[in-house]
Amino acid sequence: MIRLNAITRVFRMGDQEVRALNGVSLDIASGEYVSIMGPSGSGKSTLLNVVGLLDRPDSGRYELDGSDVTDLSETERARVRREKIGFVFQSFHLVPRLTAAENIELPLMLEGIAPAERKSRVDAALDAFDLKDRARHRPAELSGGQRQRVAIARATILRPTALLADEPTGNLDHRIGAEVMALLEGLHHAGTTLIVVTHDRELGARAHRHIAMRDGEIVGDEK
Amino acid sequence: MNLRDTLTLSCQTVVSYRTRSLLIVLAIALGVAAVVVLTALGEGARRYVVGQFSSLGTNLVIVLPGRAETSGGFPGAALGQTPRDLTLDDARFISHLPQVKRYAPLNVGVAELSAGGKLREVTVLGSTVELLPIRHMKLSQGSFLAPGSERSAQIVLGSVLAHEFFPDGKVIGQRIRLGDSRFLVSGVLAVQGESMGFNSDEIAIIPVDYAQELFNTNTLFRILVEARSRNDIEPAKAAIAHALKLRHDGEEDVTVITQDAILATFDRILRALTLGVAGIAAISLAVAGILVMNVMLVAVAQRTSEIGLLKALGAPAADIRRLFFAEALWLSLAGGAIGYALGNLGAWGIRLAYPTLPAWPPVWASVAGVATALITGILASLLPAARAARLDPVLALSGK
Repeated sequence: MIRLNAITRVFRMGDQEVRALNGVSLDIASGEYVSIMGPSGSGKSTLLNVVGLLDRPDSGRYELDGSDVTDLSETERARVRREKIGFVFQSFHLVPRLTAAENIELPLMLEGIAPAERKSRVDAALDAFDLKDRARHRPAELSGGQRQRVAIARATILRPTALLADEPTGNLDHRIGAEVMALLEGLHHAGTTLIVVTHDRELGARAHRHIAMRDGEIVGDEK
Repeated sequence: MNLRDTLTLSCQTVVSYRTRSLLIVLAIALGVAAVVVLTALGEGARRYVVGQFSSLGTNLVIVLPGRAETSGGFPGAALGQTPRDLTLDDARFISHLPQVKRYAPLNVGVAELSAGGKLREVTVLGSTVELLPIRHMKLSQGSFLAPGSERSAQIVLGSVLAHEFFPDGKVIGQRIRLGDSRFLVSGVLAVQGESMGFNSDEIAIIPVDYAQELFNTNTLFRILVEARSRNDIEPAKAAIAHALKLRHDGEEDVTVITQDAILATFDRILRALTLGVAGIAAISLAVAGILVMNVMLVAVAQRTSEIGLLKALGAPAADIRRLFFAEALWLSLAGGAIGYALGNLGAWGIRLAYPTLPAWPPVWASVAGVATALITGILASLLPAARAARLDPVLALSGK
């Protein structure tokens, strides 16, 4: 589970201080499906980055699955990211040189898993995400929906406890976007905590818990 | 990430940025090839000179009349007026010294050689039977001036002369006229070619007494002495100088030189030259190293979002640093290997074009060239790799 306590994150823009997160406290239980909505600059992406251990809060405590992760070293944070967090990005962030299968394999490689096991797990993931005939294609040869499926397969290959999606359908048309959301929701049903950051009201409404943000503060939290 | 995956992944990256990688590999390869080729040239020149000197004879001490004002010198250098000449008696006197293995007196002059209606001017050496082993000459047929035959009118011909005067190959036992005297051809020299600007294929050799008679002199041009061993060269030089000083009423009026001294000087000069050109070539490797750094910095900037992604996927900074490091390592390794091959190809080409020049690249230069390529490549990747590892993942992912 995720427990944020009075998290503050301040950015400096020239001589101005921007409080991207201003004393945010938030508990998300394991297996929840949460949407975070709010206008640009409301701090929702920063919140997601803090939860995903990409960003460090300036003050406050962060507890993940019962242990305090606020003061971990950079290497420790990388390990926690690898084992517990999966990211899905608006722009997919696939490595253009690598094939779909190789992109999915990356986290297994970083984890140091043996090649034979890697191969069977990647094959299983390609199967599960209906990418079997696209395994040897590079991202440039894939459609937007396929790319995002590769990205989701990569994010979930190490079976993280939480999946963090930042505008996962932002670069996709409506129909494909709905397919990708269905896929993410399927993972949620299988037990993964799913946190989706979005502008899209319709998309946000699909979650079971809706968090609204404005000026670095949570202004609404309803189930 | 383990070592094998790091190497595989970075190799994939190198291969996929084909043009960029080819150019950088070429830059490194040219640097390494330059080191290999230039040192091969320097080393070839050194070996050539050493070879030329050795062909004159080993453990050679040369006595020439007159006193050179400067130390060192060259066998053919014109020397000043001499108060007292070298004589055959001087030569015989030297031969009793313990450090002397054998000696050959030498007279040189030009005379007309004629036989069967043919006539030409030749360089004539007057000497004894010991000349052959001292000067490393070989006979192709017949015998050299047999010991004790100084008073018999024998002549040994260079291979070109033998062919010119006796094209049918029947040379031994033929009579030939040199100046006003008739000689019996006793042997023919093997083809040796030019050595130190002296072509032994076009000379005639006669006993030293006949040469003195022919040139109407009782002095010697040189005395060639072979010391017993390499260690005896310097003692022999001193002993000869001392002995001749005694014989010449305490006057130091001869010069004794050893080819070792000259050889050592040439050896030193050419070694320094080789090192010098290797150093100049190594500068191009340093330039290639800076190029590697530049390319790697561009790569980090280009792949910022990819680095952010790797961090989001949980790659620790050390993994990212190693990936870029390995990439530079591959580039330098490929450049070094190709450069080594290219350099050896170049050296081979030089040997093909100039067969007399033994242009083999020295091992130390090849090793140093490839090692310098690797080290500069590795050093040049340290800064870019550290920069990549330091990137803030949030900024990197947003492409800022």
